Amino acid sequence: MASSTPETGKAAGQSRRFGIPGRYLVISAPYVWLLLFFLAPFAIVFNISFSSAIIAQPPYTALFDWSTGLIPQIRGTLSGYGFLLSDELYAVAYLNSIKIALVSTMLCLMIGYPMAYGIARAPAARRNTLLMLVILPFWTSFLIRVYAWIGILKNNGVLNNALISLGLIDEPLPMMHNAFSVYVGIVYSYLPFMILPLYANLAKMDESLLEAAADLGCRPWKAFLFITLPLSFPGIIAGSMLVFIPAVGEFVIPALLGGPDTLMIGKVLWNEFFHNRDWPVASAVAIAMLVLLVAPIVIFQHYQAREDDN
Amino acid sequence: MVNKTSFLPTLTLLFGFAFLYAPIVILIIFSFNAGKLVSVWAGFSTQWYGELLHNEQILRAAWVSIKIAVVNATIATILGTLGAYGLSRFGAFKGRTLFTGMMTAPLVMPDVITGLATLLLFVGIGWTRGMSTITIAHITFSLAFVAVIVRARVSALDQSLEEAAMDLGARPVKTFIVITIPMLAPALVAGWLLAFTLSLDDLVIASFVAGPGASTLPMVVFSKVRLGVSPEINALGTLIVLLVALCIAVAAWIFHRQEQERLRDQQAAERG
Repeated sequence: MASSTPETGKAAGQSRRFGIPGRYLVISAPYVWLLLFFLAPFAIVFNISFSSAIIAQPPYTALFDWSTGLIPQIRGTLSGYGFLLSDELYAVAYLNSIKIALVSTMLCLMIGYPMAYGIARAPAARRNTLLMLVILPFWTSFLIRVYAWIGILKNNGVLNNALISLGLIDEPLPMMHNAFSVYVGIVYSYLPFMILPLYANLAKMDESLLEAAADLGCRPWKAFLFITLPLSFPGIIAGSMLVFIPAVGEFVIPALLGGPDTLMIGKVLWNEFFHNRDWPVASAVAIAMLVLLVAPIVIFQHYQAREDDN
Repeated sequence: MVNKTSFLPTLTLLFGFAFLYAPIVILIIFSFNAGKLVSVWAGFSTQWYGELLHNEQILRAAWVSIKIAVVNATIATILGTLGAYGLSRFGAFKGRTLFTGMMTAPLVMPDVITGLATLLLFVGIGWTRGMSTITIAHITFSLAFVAVIVRARVSALDQSLEEAAMDLGARPVKTFIVITIPMLAPALVAGWLLAFTLSLDDLVIASFVAGPGASTLPMVVFSKVRLGVSPEINALGTLIVLLVALCIAVAAWIFHRQEQERLRDQQAAERG
């Protein structure tokens, strides 16, 4: 994966501050850390996903058998993956996660876009305060904010009680432990991640384009549709990826707010690991999830790199 | 800039903020509930705060979490800043693509995958699980978030000050410490606070890598919440919200004063 970009004249100019050894010294600390604690673990997960579970410590068979001599015998097995295919539960959870993450991303976009637009077009003095208000909930405990929704959505919760006392409904609406509560939880938790990149994009948009369109007789909604919306496409992609990718693997929200019909892959992985203690199957679930997420992650990184270049 | 098109965004802003803040407001209100329910009001009381402060398990877990968060935030800020500085100032170098990838992937990687992967590494190399493993796992994803904040600041920096220092004979390391670090200070503080919060907040990764000994605050909260809602958790949530609001207010005040001082100095310099 390591691409070696040739040293260009420009880079050599930029390195005036730190010599070549100095530069590697600065980079090496975070580089080695990430190689060791971020990249290496994925190789190990991949490895263990091909082994089989045993009752031992650690509870999986070694993939390489070194007892035969210098060249190890590979004793890999596809049983972990076979297990995923044999039980319908995994396919259901997998597809459920994709569906829930997709719908949540769309909902975040529908709520987040007008909010980001509103902040970007607000008077400059008020803009930072509004942005602060978007970020602030993100700084308080995620777990406790998800927990707060239980008190609101359950049968004798705040929302049902309010609706009943207003006489709008007689029976409490089923809003907990179903798809509704999971969507509310995900949209609520990930909305700031949608708003921030959209705002960053909309705020730096050249407004003279809109003025020019208006001068030429273009109506505001048409200018929005043909100028603002296409120009904000990178922001839409970044925000959507920031919501979609973690939402696919979400565990806390389906665990606290979900029910039997909202099984998600993150919760399956958790159960395989903590309840069934089947590390190879848990690893196979992780690899299956990664395969799904590789494309979105690459798109996200491509966008990030382009933003950084600007 | 009030026109017809800004009506819809203003309306969604109002609804959006109501959506974002209603749960927090309701959480705070019911932390003062006299009853055991978190949705039916039974009078004002602060009993749940009293019980929280006498809950040994929660206090112990909170202390563990704070220790991990402080170490995590400090190391993640150092590593994240070095990485961010390298990425924005060093141009092309060998392995840059891989490095960029490893600096951005933790931002979106689902917790369950990171948690499982990191645990398997520790088991593979035979590292005893506990606070040290939680801290290492937290640093790994926190440093990516720190780097995002620091990079934005580094690219906005005026390089001429650093160049001036070096033209006057300062060595690169000295320039970095005396000129660059102070100019990056707001981003470093913001990054440190963010890394601290991320660590204090993490349930999933900590659960995987914790081992039997160490329990962090989110792990205790999660096990309590699974058994049912409790106003004690509301009280805990309220205290966290208060603490965060206080930290942000103090940080904002300090930076505001610094900015004012800087402006005054600048004006004085221009006059003089």
